[in-house]
Amino acid sequence: MYIHEYQAKDLLNSYGVAVPKGHVAFTDTLAGIAAEELGGEQWVIKAQIHAGERGKAGGIRIVNSVSEAKKAADELIGIRLVTRQNAPDGTLVKRVWIEEAKDIEKELYFGLLVDRTTQRITLLASSQGGQDIEEVAKEHPEKIIKELVDPAIGLRDFQCRKIAYAIGLNGKLMPQAVKFMKQVYRCFRDKDALQIEINPLAVLSNKKLMALDAKIEFDDYAFYRQPEIAEMRDLDEEDPKEAEASSHGLSYIALEGNIGFLVNGAGLAMATMDAITLHGGRPANFLDVGGGASPNKVASACKIVIKDPNVKSILVNIFAGINHCDWIAKGLVSAINEFNIKHPIVVRLAGTHVNEGFQILRESGLDFILAKNLDDAARKVVLTLKKPCQ
Amino acid sequence: MSIFIDKNSKVIIQGFTGKHATFHCKDAIQLGTNIVGGVTPGKGGEIHLGLPVFDTVENAVRETGADVSGIFVPPPFAADAILEAVDAAMQCVVVVTDGIPIQDMVREQRWRMGHDTLVIGPNTSGVITPGECKVGIMPSHIYRPGHVGIVSRSSTLTYEAVEQLGELGLGESTSVGIGGDPVTTMDFQTVLQAFEEDPKTHIILMIGEIGGTQEVSAARWAKENMSKPVVGYIAGTSALSRRRMGHAGAIICEQAETADAKMDVMEELGLFVVRNPAYIGETVLRAMVEIQNKP
Repeated sequence: MYIHEYQAKDLLNSYGVAVPKGHVAFTDTLAGIAAEELGGEQWVIKAQIHAGERGKAGGIRIVNSVSEAKKAADELIGIRLVTRQNAPDGTLVKRVWIEEAKDIEKELYFGLLVDRTTQRITLLASSQGGQDIEEVAKEHPEKIIKELVDPAIGLRDFQCRKIAYAIGLNGKLMPQAVKFMKQVYRCFRDKDALQIEINPLAVLSNKKLMALDAKIEFDDYAFYRQPEIAEMRDLDEEDPKEAEASSHGLSYIALEGNIGFLVNGAGLAMATMDAITLHGGRPANFLDVGGGASPNKVASACKIVIKDPNVKSILVNIFAGINHCDWIAKGLVSAINEFNIKHPIVVRLAGTHVNEGFQILRESGLDFILAKNLDDAARKVVLTLKKPCQ
Repeated sequence: MSIFIDKNSKVIIQGFTGKHATFHCKDAIQLGTNIVGGVTPGKGGEIHLGLPVFDTVENAVRETGADVSGIFVPPPFAADAILEAVDAAMQCVVVVTDGIPIQDMVREQRWRMGHDTLVIGPNTSGVITPGECKVGIMPSHIYRPGHVGIVSRSSTLTYEAVEQLGELGLGESTSVGIGGDPVTTMDFQTVLQAFEEDPKTHIILMIGEIGGTQEVSAARWAKENMSKPVVGYIAGTSALSRRRMGHAGAIICEQAETADAKMDVMEELGLFVVRNPAYIGETVLRAMVEIQNKP
């Protein structure tokens, strides 16, 4: 789960990381008041959405008066900001962050993540901050500095010094840099983050280090022990269907085709999508009902799938291990009756309690199109979309 | 022969008395798995499924001589349960639990360095040697003894492959699920090596997913070090980039991590590659015939 920049800055600040002073504002009037309160002559108004590359999309404005601050906030709040990283119709800006503008001497990059290959928390840093770090990695891989953390002893000072030196934080900046890196690392470790990105990390003209932006992603699996992080979740940032799905323990992603999917297991779900694509069909969603799906969970899954008006047919592909086919079948039957689903439904069941599952489908008296395997299921669901006599 | 587990394995289940553990232990016992007991802290001394329950793994090992453990413990306690099994010097530990915080696994991996225990998972359907031993949650009735070794990141997709193999009369020596999380304890290569050394395994089926490049590293290793044919399939050719597809591990980050890119490299390296998931079984059969007909 991602959080907003202002939440990330607050959190990092609670670990001692220096960030610009600022306020969140939900209206232009409040933005004006915030600017007055902050004082000074120049402010930065930043649209608060989770997607990155807001600057390029016009979501970050530098203003020189309180009235300009109000105007910028008015322009930003309520628009749908489209960046390279979000959906084509963008994300609604509900709030802006107003902060004092800073005199920047140099912009650096600093990040932390759990690296899959080394299976360690890894620090990433670069002297090339303030720009797209993926571009830097592509063009100048030598300018990305990496350091792995041994979880047994944590991040050591000498590692921070190595990084600081490599990105040009020498002299009086070095002790500051060491302190900064350890603060960010502590936040990462204590709060079960998956990724923290500070871009830019700025050296100000007064030779102080400051995090001018902050992006944090957390591990949803750790929410049971991070209740205050889980509370920062902003459902407005998520696709409403995806958010509803996750509240039922389902993994749903909206896609652009017309065949609704209900599959168990991410791998089988992807393979099913691949199979229907090869038959010329297009998936309307990715939906993994997960393991141990109860009839209720399956019914909720059906409801979410048919909410998408593009869905013309549904493919259910279940290979039950920890799931039970009879639970899946019960859920399907009750969803069709309860939500009056008229779409053609192709069902392929296999695995645990498969005979019991088919029996429930047969006894329901409903029109299911049964499939005997993956290929058959993919072929049949694509056929349901063809007009008769073609 | 087989790899990791067989009819001589003495198995205990951590989190023995839970719903899923109970259901799948019954199935495993029916298959012939030698389950010798279980561990549920606080329930030591009780009897479950006719087998003794212990408070600690150490105790269970002392009383039963167990050498394999299946972990069904809920996520908050699972990393600790893995350490407990490693501490008790288990030979093989299969972690079925899904949803373990990633940083717990990062610490567990570090702690385990220097120990010989093979840990498989988390978030795996487990390991099965058909007709002999099952430690996991797979529907055992679809498997049959045979000569195909399976190593996979995805549970249900493995079942799909097993069914396709079964329809062609092919069975498995052992099927190993390494799990779908970003931090997994077992890599493809270790399993490939074990299959290479197992006389009962004649061909290996490797099932991967978008995200990461571990299948490619494994394929490179196989080309250099293996005499047995390897068939590969990567799910997610139609997946959107930069989106998480259910498994925490299945996030595409770079072009090299897409399903097509990985399968292209595997093909270049001389593996048999399956482009359509409906033909996994047929590709394995074709590969077997091709190898046999080689002069």
